[in-house]
Amino acid sequence: MVNKATRPTNDLLGQDLWNIQLDSQGQLKHLLTIEGLGSQILTQILDTAESFAGVNESVKKVPLLRGKTIVNLFFEASTRTRTTFELAAKRLSADVLNINISTSATSKGESLLDTLRNLEAMQCDMFIVRHEDSGTAHFIANHVAPHISVLNAGDGQHAHPTQAMLDMFTIRRHKGPDFGALRVAIVGDILHSRVARSQIHALNTLNTGDVRVVAPNTLLPKDIERMGVSVFNDMDEGIRDADVIIMLRLQKERMLGALLPSEQEYFQLYGLTEERLQVAKPDAIVMHPGPINRGVEIESSVADGPQSVILNQVTYGIAVRMAVMSMTLGRSVSQSSADDNRESQ
Amino acid sequence: MHRLEIINGRIIDPANQLDQTSNIYISNGRIIAIGDCPQDFNADQTIDAKDHWVIPGLVDLSARLREPGLEFKADITSESIAAASAGITTLCIPPDTDPVIDEPAVVELIHRKADNAGHTNVVTLGALTAGLKGEYLSEMAALKSAGCVGLSNGRQTIQNALILRRAFEYAASQDITLFIEANDPWLSNHGCAHEGAIATRLGLSSIPVAAETAAIAHNLELIAETGVRVHFCRLSSARSIELINQAKNAGLKISADVAAHQLHLNEMDISSFNSHCHVLPPLRSQRDMEALCRGVANGTINAICSDHQPHDIDAKLAPFPSTEPGISALETLLPLTLKLVDLGKLELNRAIASLTSEPAHILGIDVGQLSINAAANICIIDPNKEWLLEEKDILSRGKNSPFLGWGFKGKVSHTLVDGDLVYST
Repeated sequence: MVNKATRPTNDLLGQDLWNIQLDSQGQLKHLLTIEGLGSQILTQILDTAESFAGVNESVKKVPLLRGKTIVNLFFEASTRTRTTFELAAKRLSADVLNINISTSATSKGESLLDTLRNLEAMQCDMFIVRHEDSGTAHFIANHVAPHISVLNAGDGQHAHPTQAMLDMFTIRRHKGPDFGALRVAIVGDILHSRVARSQIHALNTLNTGDVRVVAPNTLLPKDIERMGVSVFNDMDEGIRDADVIIMLRLQKERMLGALLPSEQEYFQLYGLTEERLQVAKPDAIVMHPGPINRGVEIESSVADGPQSVILNQVTYGIAVRMAVMSMTLGRSVSQSSADDNRESQ
Repeated sequence: MHRLEIINGRIIDPANQLDQTSNIYISNGRIIAIGDCPQDFNADQTIDAKDHWVIPGLVDLSARLREPGLEFKADITSESIAAASAGITTLCIPPDTDPVIDEPAVVELIHRKADNAGHTNVVTLGALTAGLKGEYLSEMAALKSAGCVGLSNGRQTIQNALILRRAFEYAASQDITLFIEANDPWLSNHGCAHEGAIATRLGLSSIPVAAETAAIAHNLELIAETGVRVHFCRLSSARSIELINQAKNAGLKISADVAAHQLHLNEMDISSFNSHCHVLPPLRSQRDMEALCRGVANGTINAICSDHQPHDIDAKLAPFPSTEPGISALETLLPLTLKLVDLGKLELNRAIASLTSEPAHILGIDVGQLSINAAANICIIDPNKEWLLEEKDILSRGKNSPFLGWGFKGKVSHTLVDGDLVYST
């Protein structure tokens, strides 16, 4: 079969980070990172999510993934992300297994690979993985049986692609499809944020006019501008005339490493207040991946105010995750079995 | 009495400024003549080295053999066989074994095991502080008389500057060379990648250049005050070379080395989370890599070492940050160095010096040269042999090499240790 959409691989050089995500027909097999996926695939995810948004609203199940088993494999605590993945899977009629490993097997010395082998033996079709180490989703995708799809639900500080896609979905719903006209400011702890990294890749892939990050230098990773953003230390300048403001959660433990002096000073300099929101465009939307620290990075009246789309994000999250699951697991049967043959050779 | 001759080889010995096609005559484990055959010499064995290079056996400044302590990864026998096949005739073991090399009994244990294995010479660095904990001085003189060629605290830093200064003063008064891997533990902060665009993109916790340079500067001030002789191990950045160069020009008794992989790999090589490229200090930028090559070429960096760290398979089978750092590197030390010669980055003579006479000088031992009466530690190379590095050909128990599949030119054909042929193809 002619390899149309993926690059030629060379076993000696190893897989491209992004190439592994596509099957031989260029269809999405795993979703590990936004990086390297073209605008066509991102748009396909958004369009598919749009078609599922209706399913959510009338609370109906669709039988697309009946008979498939999806494993939520969470090595890190999470409520929101795990729940929306679970809901998405159930609305597609898949069976869902939730496994929280933060305190069990791996801390008893079982290696990650052993855990995977055990789960594989249970005839699963998809792993949804969250882990504290950057690169975990790629590691798993490189080592699972060929029929299994892997979705990255957050790996260390590297990537959180479904969160980024639901954010793009939110922006498209509220600001229309022309990202080129938009100024988007991401504010807060960029250094520790896998969400910010995935958002930056997605925004740039969708050709966003102006992508900015706003933070003190202690919360900015080195050479972040080489990911295609402009950097602002000053909040007012950073969000001036912005169409979209994305606030990131500030973990309380950041004070311990001397990254910041206090929550109070952080709120004073980078907290989003009603007053400060005035410098953005009047119709700017305010987003937050949650959970919110009220009074630390965002004022309650803004989080609950008319420009906030924070709860919409959560709702859209289900549709976007349904879209990604159906695209990866719902690839035509002949196609995926052809792939399995190719990869098992 | 065993007599051996190596004839018709191109003998290259930087220590004696020798580069000529000639013969070497060996008797009783020592070189007795170069050039004309001594009278009454009847060789028991003749090696025809026509079209081959005959160089001093390589001296590797840092190889972890994993024994004692981590024998499931490798042991002295397995690794010294690998070393012999790679032309290495002297290996230097850092003190971070388990138990730590902080008392004479451990030194003796290692030397006895190496002697029994009998493939290559092994020397040891003792611990600079008891248990490498940075609190109490080790019994430096006792370690020295047990055979340690120098002392080191491994990658563990002595955090208390007063203890560091006293360690320097005491070592200076005992005429002991210290081997320092400069690393500020707070700045490196358990990171696993060079601070820069790649680590930022991959979300890997990062180690800034200053973790190395701040520690070098801190050490240099105390070296200047105490007059101790110090060798800086495993430089990774351009700025480090500047600091070393300035200090050398100021007359400090210092030297430096670099791991061979740092001259061929850089941060780009981790961009697909390749755990075989997880090393400490981390692979840095292209600019740093080029500067390290120039540093070797101009002598600011005296020696190239393998920084051999063999691992079991599981050590590298995990997400990148959870993998163990290090490369199984004995068998790529010479090939990677010769590749720099092929690439035009290094003169052949300088390349060989950085693997032989220079490290021997740093260790203060009488090897790394082809002088009359010197021990016959010799490496013979087929310089035109082209080959691919394949896992099945690696003799070390650690197969963790990022260079699998790389093509090389030049391969060891014979290795002699004290006049004994310990390896031949």
